[in-house]
Amino acid sequence: MFKVIKRLTSFVAMVAVLFAFTTETMAAKKSKTLKNTQKKGFVRCGVSQGLPGFSNADASGNWTGIDVDVCRAVAAAVLGDANKVKFTPLSAKERFTALTSGEIDILSRNTTWTLSRDADIGLTFVGVNFYDGQGFMVRKSSGITSTSQFKNGISACTNIGTTTELNMRDFFNSRGISYEPVAFEKADEVVAAYDAGRCDTYTTDKSGLAAQRTKMKDPDEHIVLPETISKEPLGPVVRQGDAVWEDIVRWSLNTMIEAEEYGITSANADSMKTSDNPQIKRLVGAEGEMGAAFGLDNEWNLRIIKQVGNYGESYKRNIADTGILPDRGPNQLWTKGGILYVPPAR
Amino acid sequence: MNNKIKRILPQLLTILFVILIFGFFTINAQVNMDNRGIDFGFGFLKQEASFDMQFTLLDYDGQDSYGWAYVVALLNTLLVSFLGIIFCTILGVIIGIARLSSNFLIKNSAAWYVEFFRNIPLLLQIFFWYYAALRALPLPETAEPWFGVTYMTIKGYFIPAMIWENLNIFVYCLLASFISIIFIRNYAKNLQEKEGKQLPLLYISLAILLVVPGLSFLLGGVTLNFEMPVLKQLSATSYTYDGGIGLPPELIALVLALSLYTSTFVAECVRAGIQGISKGQKEAAASVGLTPNQVLKLVIMPQALRIIIPPTTNQYLNLTKNSSLAAAIAYPDLVLVFAGTAMMQTGKAIEIVGITMLTYLTISLLIAALMNWYNKKIEIKEK
Repeated sequence: MFKVIKRLTSFVAMVAVLFAFTTETMAAKKSKTLKNTQKKGFVRCGVSQGLPGFSNADASGNWTGIDVDVCRAVAAAVLGDANKVKFTPLSAKERFTALTSGEIDILSRNTTWTLSRDADIGLTFVGVNFYDGQGFMVRKSSGITSTSQFKNGISACTNIGTTTELNMRDFFNSRGISYEPVAFEKADEVVAAYDAGRCDTYTTDKSGLAAQRTKMKDPDEHIVLPETISKEPLGPVVRQGDAVWEDIVRWSLNTMIEAEEYGITSANADSMKTSDNPQIKRLVGAEGEMGAAFGLDNEWNLRIIKQVGNYGESYKRNIADTGILPDRGPNQLWTKGGILYVPPAR
Repeated sequence: MNNKIKRILPQLLTILFVILIFGFFTINAQVNMDNRGIDFGFGFLKQEASFDMQFTLLDYDGQDSYGWAYVVALLNTLLVSFLGIIFCTILGVIIGIARLSSNFLIKNSAAWYVEFFRNIPLLLQIFFWYYAALRALPLPETAEPWFGVTYMTIKGYFIPAMIWENLNIFVYCLLASFISIIFIRNYAKNLQEKEGKQLPLLYISLAILLVVPGLSFLLGGVTLNFEMPVLKQLSATSYTYDGGIGLPPELIALVLALSLYTSTFVAECVRAGIQGISKGQKEAAASVGLTPNQVLKLVIMPQALRIIIPPTTNQYLNLTKNSSLAAAIAYPDLVLVFAGTAMMQTGKAIEIVGITMLTYLTISLLIAALMNWYNKKIEIKEK
């Protein structure tokens, strides 16, 4: 039944494009999205329908995950309270329409940044909060340890409407393997189909594989193959045409990453105000006018760090401690051998 | 003069109102899409689709265009609708007649069947068949053969594929036999009207249908071989069948659910049609010496059909539209592939939803037109 409702909402969202009245006049400093958000008192954030570590709701409806933390950071920055977020769970198919139609203001839903998405469909990607790549999961008992052991006739389960579907084709085609793609709309359905033996392999982003594995009947029965077949930089997305809002979301994310770089945590943020390092002082609102350009006060970044924490804290809390991907891999600071490198906040 | 204005003015105003509303929505959509940098256009139909489909009737490859993906997905929708309509009609007629049986057991089981399948939402039934019934099927390596050569497994129903040589000659022979049967039927009708003689039409038709295509094997060089599905090992523990044809479980679940559900409505139409003919007709026909078979064929059915066809048309339309629920179980129909994957990959929401809506409208109107034509044909013709 939920399916029908989901499908209905996505159609309604499309119709809403027709109905939306927007006279996107750019007030000097304030963006329309910012003004609306402050008027409503909450940030409207689109997330996944349940992907542990990224965006997942517990039994009492509390959302956690590194994608969730991006929205919480924005709420802390513009509303002063990281809890003032309204989360809308979206399927891969609905997500962009929900954003372009104005149902949500930030899409933070493990979404891959690609040229066509950025350029074509009225969206703007603001950054990367997780560097991922597509992989394959198989049953351990199958004895497969590498994708080179795949044979003609293999059936692969995946989600529709994702880059996964395209990468999968490129992968199998370039190796000349004939395969049966079985594409479902919801991740849960994909996992159930794979678990039941409908498919021989399950393919999606490796972080997704690791997260979904924890949900399976017997996680130890399955392994993620070592090969990575694509680049999947995942990050938050905003609507095209509101440059100030875009900047707010971008720099909320950057603040979290840079805070880790300078060792500012939720615990020590307040005491960092008296630091000797001007860059640290700028990051906790003790020097410069870092919020004025967005139409925000000077402590917007301090609130992010205090309420949500830096990127490292968020990663540890959501992804490492939950056993999904204890090793940070490329999602480590550039100073520590990873590729997280953000422009300086100054 | 005043009267004329009174007549025309409201209509003009209505038209103006409709144009204004459409204009408003069009311009509004245009402005908003411009603001958000979304282009409107159908150029994407020529772009490379670059995704694969699980099950296709025609050759399709990710290198083909979105336009071709649309055609292939549409055929998948039509296939499900076609199979569903055939099965629901056969089942519906049997159940409908069974409900009128004088046998207590037959009558009541038919009634239970109708009440059961009619009153459970279709989506739930689709889920039941797909997630409960078909997921419980054995894995390929443990499947016992059905009828010796077919295998029903969790990965689908694997049947032998037919490999023809000189298929065209066989098809011509088949066509020729159909045409000759039509001629013979007309001849038999004339013969009966003029001389009152009856030919054993059924036997003659069957004989032609068997002999003529059969001859093509003996004389025309037509051969038919079967390619059997063979178990193939993919890895230490996973298997599939190679060769033959694999019908995906998604297709089977969808056809099952759609035909079982819709057959209950067809059954009710059939029952209503037959009950709508007064008893007197049957008795009068019997009293002029017609056999019970002739009574049904010559007196009851021609009249009942006129009552049955229009509501059954509605059921066919419903079935076709309901086939869009395919998206719920990963059957690559128009909604899943075109209004799903293609829409996501191109971001052309308005264009694609528009095309999809128009497509369903066209299919429905075509089915309705076909059924109206048939209905006209069997209407009472006043002489």
